[in-house]
Amino acid sequence: MSANQDGANLLEVRGLTKTFGTLTACDHIDLNVAKGEIHALLGENGAGKSTLVKMLFGTLEPNSGEIFWNGQAVTITNPGFAKKLGIGMVFQHFSLFEALTAAENIALSLDDGSPISTIAAKARALSYSYGLPLDPQSLVGDLSVGERQRIEIIRCLLQTPQLIILDEPTSVLTPQEADKLFETLERLRSEGKSILYISHRLEEVKRICDRATVLRHGKVVGHCNPRKETASSLARMMVGNDVPTVVRAPAEGIETAQPLLEIRALSRKPATPFSIPLRNINLTVRAGEVIGIAGVAGNGQGEFFESVSGEVPQQDAASVRIRGKDAGGLSITGRRLMGAAFVPEERLGHGAAPRMKLSENLLLSRHATDGKVFVGAGGMVKSDAIYAAAQRIIKAMDVRKSAPDPEAAALSGGNLQKFIVGRELDRRPSVMVVNQPTWGVDAGAAAHIRQTLIELARCGSAVLVISQDLDELFEISDAIAVMHNGELSKPLPIAEATFEKIGLLMGGAEPGHAEHALETS
Amino acid sequence: MMRLELVKRPQRSMLFSALSPFIAFALTIVAGAILFALLGVNPLKAFQIYFIEPVSQVWQLHELAIKAAPLILIGVGLSVCYRANIWNIGAEGQFILGGIVGSSIPVLFPQFEGPLVLPLMLLFGMIGGAAYAAIPALLKARFNTNEILTSLMLVYVAQLFLDWLVRGPWRDPKGFNFPQTIQFNDSAILPELMPASGRANWGFVFALVAAVLVWILMSRMLKGFEVRVLGSSPRAGRFAGFGINRMVFFAFMLSGALAGLAGISEVSGAIGQLQPVISPGYGFTAIIVAFLGRLNPLGIVAAGLVLALTYLGGEAVQSALGISDKVARVFQGMLLFFVLGCDTLIHYRIRLIGFAAPKLESAPKLEEAR
Repeated sequence: MSANQDGANLLEVRGLTKTFGTLTACDHIDLNVAKGEIHALLGENGAGKSTLVKMLFGTLEPNSGEIFWNGQAVTITNPGFAKKLGIGMVFQHFSLFEALTAAENIALSLDDGSPISTIAAKARALSYSYGLPLDPQSLVGDLSVGERQRIEIIRCLLQTPQLIILDEPTSVLTPQEADKLFETLERLRSEGKSILYISHRLEEVKRICDRATVLRHGKVVGHCNPRKETASSLARMMVGNDVPTVVRAPAEGIETAQPLLEIRALSRKPATPFSIPLRNINLTVRAGEVIGIAGVAGNGQGEFFESVSGEVPQQDAASVRIRGKDAGGLSITGRRLMGAAFVPEERLGHGAAPRMKLSENLLLSRHATDGKVFVGAGGMVKSDAIYAAAQRIIKAMDVRKSAPDPEAAALSGGNLQKFIVGRELDRRPSVMVVNQPTWGVDAGAAAHIRQTLIELARCGSAVLVISQDLDELFEISDAIAVMHNGELSKPLPIAEATFEKIGLLMGGAEPGHAEHALETS
Repeated sequence: MMRLELVKRPQRSMLFSALSPFIAFALTIVAGAILFALLGVNPLKAFQIYFIEPVSQVWQLHELAIKAAPLILIGVGLSVCYRANIWNIGAEGQFILGGIVGSSIPVLFPQFEGPLVLPLMLLFGMIGGAAYAAIPALLKARFNTNEILTSLMLVYVAQLFLDWLVRGPWRDPKGFNFPQTIQFNDSAILPELMPASGRANWGFVFALVAAVLVWILMSRMLKGFEVRVLGSSPRAGRFAGFGINRMVFFAFMLSGALAGLAGISEVSGAIGQLQPVISPGYGFTAIIVAFLGRLNPLGIVAAGLVLALTYLGGEAVQSALGISDKVARVFQGMLLFFVLGCDTLIHYRIRLIGFAAPKLESAPKLEEAR
C-alpha cells in the first residue's frame, strides 16, 4: 500500500476510470478534496459527475484507478463501507418513503437498532443547530421538496461524515431556500468538514466553493478557484467553447393576438394521496408568445401537464381550449389533431420508449397526426417513411448517436431530449407545451432548444414552458407565472419580473397578492 | 452468511439471447438423462425412444402436427398478451369454450349439413373463446382485478361446464350413457390434409397461417407497435394516446379467439365429438411454447413442434419402458424452468455476497439519472 505524502487531503482520487460498454464515462479522473473546503465538481450533464460520485460512494465499481482516504488506499465496495469511512451522500433524487415519518426514514438508513424516539430527538437537535428546522414526526408525503431535502441532509449528518457529497442540491429549491442551504454548508465548512458540491450552476459555485474541478466528456479539463473566474470563463471550461446566447426578439402586438391555448377554471382532484390537486387555474397563451411556468418541483406541474396534454381528460370540456375550440374532453390524440404538441418531463419511459428505436419513437407521438405519411393501408407502418423522418429530425437537431437508428435508451439524456423536442417541432405545431425542456441537457443543446422554442412562437405558435430553471425562463419567456401548491399566479410580464418576486411566489407568497399588486401598479 | 444477488448487466448479449432456447433444451436433456438414470433406464435408450422414434415415420409426423397445431395456435395468441404485459393464463378454458360453442352447431342441429357448417363452427369457436377471454379482460379493465388469477380460475369453470354438458343436456341419447355427445356428421369434421399418409388435419395449416399473420401484426403494423409500447413502457403508451383498457380487451380477445379456434379444430378434427376432457393441457403447455419461442410467432412454430414431441415421447416411453407418461409433464416443466433461468441470466449476473458485507443501499444505476 502506498501512502499519500500530502496529509492535508481528505480524499484523493488518481486515474479513476469507468467504462460502460464502449462509453468511457470517467476517463482517468484525478481529484483532491482538502479538509475543510467546499469543492465544486462542475460539468454538464453527461460529463461523468454522477458516475464519479457513485464510485466514491460505492454504488459503482471503477474499472481502474485508486482512491486514497486520509492517505490510505481504499477500495470502496459498497455504500455501507463508504459510510463507515465517513463519506455521506445527499442524492439528487431522494430515497424516502412517503408514507413514513421523517424519523422513521432516518432510522431505516441508520440501521443501528437505536429506538426511534432517540433518533427523532437527535435529528431534531441537529436540524435546529444547523438552521434546517425539521419536525421528525411529520409524514414525508406532506413535506415540500425542500423539507425532504433537509431530511436527507440531516440523515447524512447524523452519521457524522467527514466528507459530504451533494448532488445538484439547489435544483429543487427556491432562491430563498438555496440561500439557507448555503449558510448551512458554510457552517459545516467552518467545523472542518469537507463538501463535494456537484452542480452546473455557475453563480452558486462562484459564491460558495473554494476550489473547482471541471469535467468534460468524462475527463478532467481543469482545476481552478471559481472565485477568480467569471461565469463565462467557467462555462467555457465546462462546454469547451463559447456558449451560444439565446436571442429573444421582443414580441409585438401580443395583447391583441389570437389566443391559441386557453385554460379556464381548471381544477383537478388529487389522483393519489400524495399528488397535488389543481385549483382553479386560468391562463391564456396567445399566438407569438412564450409563457413560462416557474415553481419548485412537486407543486402540481406534473398534474397540470397531464391535464393540458389530455393524458388525463377533463369533465368540463371548456376548461382547456385549443385554437378557440373546447378540448377538455378530448384525449391526447384528439388534442394533437387540433394542432397541439407536448413534451413531457421524463424522457425515458414517458416521452420515449427506452427499448425502441428512434424511428419507432417518432411514431409514438405522431401516428395519428401524420397518419397518412407514416401508416399505410390496413394499419401497416411505413418503416421507410418513419426512418427518413427520424433522420431528418436527427439532422435538424444535431442529435449525436452511435448507430443510424439506435434505441432511445442508448442516447445520452441531452441528445434524446433534442430528438423528442425535434419530433414535435418537425410538425410545426400551433400550440406547444413543454415540461422541463432542457433538464439535464448540455449548454449548447439547451441554447439550441430554447432558441427553437422562441422561433416557434415568433412564427405564430403559442408556447407554454414549465421549468424549474429560473435562468431558462427569464431567457425565453415573455411572461412568467408561478405554480405553487396547485395554484397558478397571474403571469408577470418579463419586464416586471425579477428573481426576487418570482422566488417569493415560488415559496408560497399568496398568488392573489401578486395579482393585486399587479393590477394596482 | 453467503447470499446471492442478481445484478443487472449493462448490456445483454445478442448471441446468448439467440442461443438461450437451445441452451435450455440442452440442459433439459442433461437433467432428463439424470432422471432416466435414477429410474434405472439407460438414458441413451430412453432418449432414442422419447425423441427419435416418435418422428421416424411419416404417419408419426402427422401425429406431431396434430399435437403441435393447438400448441402453436394458442402460443401465438398468448405471445400477443405477454408482449402487452397482460398475463392470460386461462387459454385452456378459452380452448374448451371454443370447442363447446363451435360444437353447438353439430350437436344441436345434427341435420344441418353442407359446406357452410364447418366455417360456421370455426367462427363460433373463435367467438366462444374470445367471449370467454373477455371476462377476465372486463374484470381487469373495470375493477383492476389480477388477470392471472381470474383467467386461471375460469379454466376450472370451463372444465366443469364441459363435464356437465357431456354428462347432462348434450349427452348422446343412444350412447349407452357414456359421457359424450353424438358423433359429428361428416360436414362438421375438419378434413385431413393428406389422408393417404396420415391423420394431420387443417388445424396445422390454421396454426401456420395464424403465426404468419400475427408476426406481420406485431412487426409491421401500428397495432403491433401499440402492443409493444404498452407492454414495455405503459406511460409512454399513454403519452402516445394508446388506451390501456382497449389493449386489455384486444390482447385477451385475440388470444381467446385463437385458443377457441384451436379448441374447435381439435374437437372437429382429431376427436369428432365432445368428451369430458378434450385437451391434455394444451392451454398450459402453450405458455411454455410462447416463452420457448421467445414470444416471436415464428419461433413459436418451432417451439410448438418441440413441445408436441414431448407429448408423443411421453406416450412412447410409457408403452415401451413402462414409465409413467407424466414424465412428459416433467420434461415440459424443466424446459420452462431452464428457459426462464437462461433469460434471467441474460439480463442479470449472479453476484456472491460474502458475510459481514452490509446491504447495498440502492442498486447501481448504469446511466446517469436522466
